[in-house]
Amino acid sequence: MAHIATSYDAVVFVFLLPAVVMRLGRLPVPDRFRRRAERQYLVARAFNRRRALKPVVNRTAQIRSGDILAFVTLRNERVRLPHFLDYYRKLGIDHFLIVNNDSNDGSGNYLAEQPDVSLWWTNSSYKRSRFGMDWLNRLLARHGSGHWCLTIDPDEFLIYPHCDTRPLSALTGWLDTSGQRSFPAMLLDMYPRGNIEDEIYEEGTDPFTIARWFDPANYTISKNAYYGNLWIQGGPRTRKFFTAEPLSGPALNKIPLVKWHWRYAYVSSTHMLLPRHLNLVYDEDGGEQASGCLLHAKFLSTFADKSTEELDRRQHYANSKEYQAYHAGLRRGTNLWCNESREYGDWRQIEDLGLISRGNWA
Amino acid sequence: MTQPVQLGVVLLCHAQLDVAAHMARIWVRGGARVAIHVDAKASAASVDAMKEALSDLPGIVWSRRHRCDWGSFGLVQATQDAAQLLLDSFPDLSHVYLASGACLPLRPVRDLTAYLALDPQRDHIESVSAFEVGWTVGGLNEERFTLYFPLDWRRRRKLFDRLVSLQRRLGVRRKLPKGIAPHLGSQWWCLTATTLRAILDDPRRAEFDRFFRLSWIPDESYFQTLARRHATRIESQSLTLAKFDHDGRPYQLYDDHVLMLEESRCFVARKVWPDATRLLAHFPRSAAARPDHGPPQPQRFERMINRTVRRRLLGRPGLYMQSRFPRKDAENGKTSAPYAVFQGFSDIFPDFETWLGRLVDADVHGHLLGPEMVEFAGRPETGPGAISSNRLIRDRDPQGFLTALIRITSRTQIFQFSPRDNQALNWFMATDANAHIHVVTGAWMLPLLQCGMPFDDIRRITAQLQRAELAQLDVLNSVWVRARVHVHELTDFLARPEAILLQALQQLPVQPGVMDTLPRMRDLDGLAELLRRLRNSGLRPRLSGDSLPTPQIPMPERTAAE
Repeated sequence: MAHIATSYDAVVFVFLLPAVVMRLGRLPVPDRFRRRAERQYLVARAFNRRRALKPVVNRTAQIRSGDILAFVTLRNERVRLPHFLDYYRKLGIDHFLIVNNDSNDGSGNYLAEQPDVSLWWTNSSYKRSRFGMDWLNRLLARHGSGHWCLTIDPDEFLIYPHCDTRPLSALTGWLDTSGQRSFPAMLLDMYPRGNIEDEIYEEGTDPFTIARWFDPANYTISKNAYYGNLWIQGGPRTRKFFTAEPLSGPALNKIPLVKWHWRYAYVSSTHMLLPRHLNLVYDEDGGEQASGCLLHAKFLSTFADKSTEELDRRQHYANSKEYQAYHAGLRRGTNLWCNESREYGDWRQIEDLGLISRGNWA
Repeated sequence: MTQPVQLGVVLLCHAQLDVAAHMARIWVRGGARVAIHVDAKASAASVDAMKEALSDLPGIVWSRRHRCDWGSFGLVQATQDAAQLLLDSFPDLSHVYLASGACLPLRPVRDLTAYLALDPQRDHIESVSAFEVGWTVGGLNEERFTLYFPLDWRRRRKLFDRLVSLQRRLGVRRKLPKGIAPHLGSQWWCLTATTLRAILDDPRRAEFDRFFRLSWIPDESYFQTLARRHATRIESQSLTLAKFDHDGRPYQLYDDHVLMLEESRCFVARKVWPDATRLLAHFPRSAAARPDHGPPQPQRFERMINRTVRRRLLGRPGLYMQSRFPRKDAENGKTSAPYAVFQGFSDIFPDFETWLGRLVDADVHGHLLGPEMVEFAGRPETGPGAISSNRLIRDRDPQGFLTALIRITSRTQIFQFSPRDNQALNWFMATDANAHIHVVTGAWMLPLLQCGMPFDDIRRITAQLQRAELAQLDVLNSVWVRARVHVHELTDFLARPEAILLQALQQLPVQPGVMDTLPRMRDLDGLAELLRRLRNSGLRPRLSGDSLPTPQIPMPERTAAE
């Protein structure tokens, strides 16, 4: 036994070696090797954290080759779940792999009953598992390899060009034939007209009948030279809550749909991945590649409670700075709506505004 | 007299054999004989399933299987073998149509035979001289035939490119077989049995095969070239509606294309997405009582595809987004619409913004790049497109700010500028063909006249602003400028303000009713005195003009009053 334990430690040591390499900071290591070390570190770290996830219902045996999978981490989202599952089933998700981070509102029981959900439970720290990404990287590596995987939150709803007439499998099939392995979908914050708390969100209903407004054109972009991804900020949150320091506003760039390989890893939420080529989802010669949008149904009546709770838990990015800002803003009774807000119509409207593009997908 | 048309179809199948079986059934039901070739890469089980599914149909022959990779000679071999088998098995055929398992007949097969019967001697094959085409993938036209291409372009791209450049450097030039002129065209054709037999039975076929084996994408040139040698009359347009993207991949057809495909009146379209159930159920249209031999009209569909190609390759000008982030000077249009920048005018005329706003049919903003806030017209907290008027948010990405504003608004955008403002966009605007920039240099000095600040502060600010404006003028005088730039020195402007204003207004959407009065001009008392003091304090005021204004300069306002 002792012998096995030692060799296991050696494995861990080898896995953690990249972390040590990264700490060596100033050494003139080419970026390519740095990124590779970081990727290997993230993959190893996710593997090391595998015991944090306790399987509740494992239906992964149902997954067939070619299935499109959804990966979700959630905490206390019971009210949202029926519509969420419904929406993505209709879109063509074949199986949901969900991590329940210690919910106490019945989310776990509800999900365990769903025929196409595999559920894991954990009560480890959300923050110390890199905001849930260690768990998801682990599940992605274990079950997602070779599949198109959609990694989303329960309040994010994917739209893409032609999504009213073509299922998700049409998109992934087309991405396959055009040799792309990742598909970008920027986060578009949706909000109601008037105060957020005014209209109560009812379980099972479409949140975008309430939160159906968005900011059309106030997004700022810069390129991250190291990871190669675009860093997009803006929208109502930056406009309303982060005027003093816009750089700490939330990042809106996301790459949620990836044809996974166990060597891949999400670096920071789904904003960027390694290897780097998965982040190069934009054209730099003036052309347009295809892209979609994640409609963000965060600003509903459920938001105020959520922000109070999250503020107490302090488990979110940068000491829950976002939630502090929202809470300060929301207690003053602010609403996000302004004269220039646009009412959501369909993907064509979003495309005309230049938030998404059909690229080459006629 | 027209002889009856008996159609044979060569069906090349790769994957999705269930859909291919569906297509074969359509062809057979329409009265065509079918020779099926299945890619050697397809699994034995799927081929057996396909054979089983088609076992009840007569008039199907199965040809020897070849391995077919994109652009490989295997595709030609597969076509040759299947065509040979088809002609041998059914000697009564008059035409052979080459289709794939993803080619969907849109109109009844009877329509197609009726159309072919209009001129039974005609070969329908797109065949364009290799020296004329401009639409080939990878930038190779006649070099497709003069170099050797043993590698797969899709899978060994780097090695492929290296081999091409090596051959170019070595001056490799293959000799074309005598008597053929290379032609290119769509892979999908419909030849008369006579022409096809002539191609297959050509005594020099071994020589041609040897040549095409190492040329590039022979499936788009073999029959297209040899048809020119044997055919009597060529209609150089494919009867199959097939469009390719800039990477040589076929566009797929989905359920939402039904209407457009029906309008196209094409006989066959590719490539059908295998799960497009509505499309597969909708086509082919059931045969009318009398066969309709009207020609295809694919123009509208082709326009749609061309729009898509343009969007993919050129994009929408002035758009910066998650999947279009052009690097500097590769933008295909830095901004989406013309706009005008006025520098110095609001310093000379304090009410210039409102005055201009009344005069033109455009959004006239204050200093959009101003140091305190974004001065949108009317000074709202949130401007057009929900763009914040917060300067910190703007300065996070000034270029994104300006381009988004111009793109989201439908009217022309006009704004004030000065050396006090954020200078980050100087190069961007100067190199943008949509920009009209009107500058009165040195005008920024006028607000200092009545500011009442201590002279030391005025001197410091003057030095700062002068430096900023000189740097900006360097940009505006560079050879890279694409904007329309008009620079006037302050003294020049003061000498004839009306003429210069009129000139600037000419390029703007001026409302009828035209300009009646000049806006109120700032009081210029003490300008000469200030300039003298600045000079004496060791600063060299350089931007207000050569001939220093004296206190007695003619004031247009006064002349107007007199």
